[in-house]
Amino acid sequence: MAHGGWLSRWPVIRQLRGEDARSDAARSARTDALRPRTEEADTVARSICPYCAVGCGQLVYVKDGEVTQIEGDPDSPISRGRLCPKGSASKQLVTHPGRQTRVLYRRPHGTEWEPLDLETAMDMIADRVVRTRRETWQQEEDGKVVRRTMGIAGLGGATLDNEENYLMKKLYTALGAIQVENQARI
Amino acid sequence: MAECHPVGFQWVVEARARGAKVFHVDPRYTRTSALADKHVPIRAGSDIVLLGALINHVLVNELDFREYVLAYTNASTIISKRFRDTEDLDGLFSGFDAEHRKYDPSSWAYEGAREEAAAGLRGEQLEGGEKHAEAAGSDQYGSGGAAMLGRPPTDPTLTHPRCVYRILKRHFARYTPDLVAELCGISREDFAELADAITANSGRERTTAWAYAVGWTQHSVGVQYIRTAAILQLLLGNMGRPGGGIMALRGHASIQGSTDIPTLFNILPGYLPMPHAHRHEGLDDYLAQAGADTGFWGRKRSYMVSLLKAWWGEAATEENDFCFGHLPRLTGDHGHYTTVMAQIEGAVKGYFVVGENPAVGSSGGKAQRLGLANLDWLVVRDLTLVETATFWKDGPELETGEMRTEDIATEVFFLPAASHVEKEGTFTNTQRLLQWREKALDPPGDCRSDLSFYYHLGKRIRQRLSDDEIDRPLRELTWDYPEEGEHRDPSAEAVLREINGTGPDGRALSAYTELKPDGSTRCGCWIYCGVYADEVNQAARRKPGREQNRVALEWGWAWPANRRILYNRASADPEGRPWSERKAYIWWDAEKGEWTGDDVPDFEKDKPPDYLPPEGARAEAALAGTDPFIMQADGKGWLFAPAGLADGPLPAHYEPHESPVRNTLYGQRANPARKVYRSPVAPYNPPESPRFPYVLTTYRLTEHHTAGAMSRPLSYLAELQPELFCEISPQLAAEVGVVNGGWATIVTTRTAIEARVLVTERVRPLRVEGRLIHQVGLPYHWAWGSGGLVAGDVTNDLMPLVLDPNVYIQEGKAVTCDLRAGRRPRGKALIDLVEEYRHD
Repeated sequence: MAHGGWLSRWPVIRQLRGEDARSDAARSARTDALRPRTEEADTVARSICPYCAVGCGQLVYVKDGEVTQIEGDPDSPISRGRLCPKGSASKQLVTHPGRQTRVLYRRPHGTEWEPLDLETAMDMIADRVVRTRRETWQQEEDGKVVRRTMGIAGLGGATLDNEENYLMKKLYTALGAIQVENQARI
Repeated sequence: MAECHPVGFQWVVEARARGAKVFHVDPRYTRTSALADKHVPIRAGSDIVLLGALINHVLVNELDFREYVLAYTNASTIISKRFRDTEDLDGLFSGFDAEHRKYDPSSWAYEGAREEAAAGLRGEQLEGGEKHAEAAGSDQYGSGGAAMLGRPPTDPTLTHPRCVYRILKRHFARYTPDLVAELCGISREDFAELADAITANSGRERTTAWAYAVGWTQHSVGVQYIRTAAILQLLLGNMGRPGGGIMALRGHASIQGSTDIPTLFNILPGYLPMPHAHRHEGLDDYLAQAGADTGFWGRKRSYMVSLLKAWWGEAATEENDFCFGHLPRLTGDHGHYTTVMAQIEGAVKGYFVVGENPAVGSSGGKAQRLGLANLDWLVVRDLTLVETATFWKDGPELETGEMRTEDIATEVFFLPAASHVEKEGTFTNTQRLLQWREKALDPPGDCRSDLSFYYHLGKRIRQRLSDDEIDRPLRELTWDYPEEGEHRDPSAEAVLREINGTGPDGRALSAYTELKPDGSTRCGCWIYCGVYADEVNQAARRKPGREQNRVALEWGWAWPANRRILYNRASADPEGRPWSERKAYIWWDAEKGEWTGDDVPDFEKDKPPDYLPPEGARAEAALAGTDPFIMQADGKGWLFAPAGLADGPLPAHYEPHESPVRNTLYGQRANPARKVYRSPVAPYNPPESPRFPYVLTTYRLTEHHTAGAMSRPLSYLAELQPELFCEISPQLAAEVGVVNGGWATIVTTRTAIEARVLVTERVRPLRVEGRLIHQVGLPYHWAWGSGGLVAGDVTNDLMPLVLDPNVYIQEGKAVTCDLRAGRRPRGKALIDLVEEYRHD
């Protein structure tokens, strides 16, 4: 085969030979000075991927108050450093511009969102829970004590932490709200 | 598995490299098939026929692991003489009440149980009976079995006509390779290859594992799919042993945790049932009817009292039943879909939706959106503006004219949530492993964790209480957690420690066996007791895998008691010796007088193999040294489930609610106990209807996540999979007149959606009951909002509201549809099209 044929241009062959004259073609003083974001991070948190339930280990790199990279954790006996396309993209899950960071409020029959202060929203929600609970309280049904409200329901996703589910179930149960459900049903 | 759990699939690939043979049973050829030894296409909705035929193959040829089966399963147990099988009743088991579509399960019991010992309990009150079933009582078996005789009569010769082994043989006798060919569309040759492989690869020296996901569960007979696999695995001796088991590949980071510490209507933490108004008046009768008295579930009083003490602290005393009366009572089905119906009827006023998106993620999306539009107030917490938060502004019912924004009175609060890196806490993965996440940074703006939201909401509610009796459970609730940081977030570690539990000295407990029935211990979830042993967050342990053995006990913490393989006593023979050197895992060390091995023994450490329970023993003392299934009343793996299930003690093949073919096996076509709704909002496609000739199944893609709110807004993922498509075979494409890359409209009686057409031989038509059945595959990741960079119609809008009767999961994997060339009509014309299909 003549020099310059497809086989000799195949990068694998060139790399095996270690004789590619152009291997440094893209190298410059600037590229020499580049460092990986993982090296320059201020902190690294050990985390777990939020998508499926395999539970792959993640390392979350933070610099100047921003997530700069999320990598697979090589220490994990489950994932051994690997992440799938979603896990590899999870930095975007945290940093993408479509993420909402402010409370929004839609009044009854309203046609647009309105801004609302977080503290005010929390008070308004607490008021509604207390009021709805009183208005829909059911002490008995068919002669049996039920002490509950059928006026308040909840549905949670399955990316909630155990600690979150725990406080949710505890509070809902004390409120007498029984229609509490989760993606785990679905 | 390669598509939806890619990183977990590395272990399958590695096993194959070491000689394992991998079969992939799926309607579609996927990346999993590409890496398997064999792809076996199957008609969606027919898996019980395939698994049942494998069971029959094992029984007819006596290929079961007889020593394991005799010692560790209920194969020899004698069943009530009142029991009648589906073979006797043409597809029904004894005890069916056709009017209420419920079973009285009393005739399924072990001989000697119930009839004498029932003590006035009516069938409807038994586990699996009407009251229990209505409240999806079977969910309580997430950590233990139903109540039953601890030491039932048996026939170790397996010749008694009413022993489980004989009943199984009769029950599955007509599940033959011919039936598999007829109903599943799987050839006799393919069946033989699969059957030979799994039986050759089971026994002393070898084990076979099954892995499944919602392709097995989202059916009107979903629980029984898993039961069928369990019977097969028990017969082959593949439970409690390394390389064996049935692996539920769960689809969300902590979906296992969400059932362990449930935000589910019917259970409390640790799978304790929620009290039922008509079954449980006080703590004593609750405990009398809340599962078995023998086996480790027999300690249920300790688990329950410790939970009540965790929640109501000093207020919970022996005299007041430990505040058992503070718990609200169920009266039936209060599940997700029934709650949506109650929203449409106007009974539900306020709704919290937290990290979930039912407007596009639940079956029959229109019902969801009508429910949302009929609330007084709605709180949505998420990372993006999910469709559930914006339905009033841009939902599909606005385009069709079924809703007008100005008419919708729902007040909506959208609160932005913290992401997984902006808070600390534990996820429980699909192997029951709790892994703690460190917090990397604070959340931006108004974003808060759900932990913080519920803690502060609880504080505010408690500030608004009166002296009224109805407020007492809130007043007396323990709700003091250390606050941290600028936003005064509650300490997640303090919550985890409360879940773990504390002893009389206030110190963290080490194991659930330390829990007491007298109120001296507190524990928020008994199965998680030990996650904070020695005052150390065990879930945060991160000893690298390469520095540990294959079990890696020092990475995270698995419930219960950090055991990694459940029921691992079964990895040793009855005398306590490994079944083989090759499969050694846990064994009895007679010298030291204890169980030992690679894992934490899932057995009392010092109970010798020759232990025999004394008469009248309770809890774990009632189980022998040869009873590995320690959460079962009799310590046995249940080939036959004598109690607990709502639709029979054995699996039977029923066609999906919507199916293009007959059930040739029984006169009873579909699961007789399945839950259906008579609602104009969500009608059904008639079975065997020429209007809906195709099987429709749904699935995920590697590049997206569920209804898309965590993937459509990400540019990398949106670019990889930009558009909804339907996968169909070249034959179906020719039949309908569509081309690759063109448009098709998929129609059910719920709605019609459009998708790009992907013509591929990966989806093959199958010959079923002598005719060619086409299958249509649809991923379900698209919708109109959620800050998505890509949009598409909502696949789940096509789906019916038909539920499994045990756990109320919807049938999303096997329904029927029509397929038409071209895009769907817009506006009112869409409603007209669907209306035509409803009446033709």
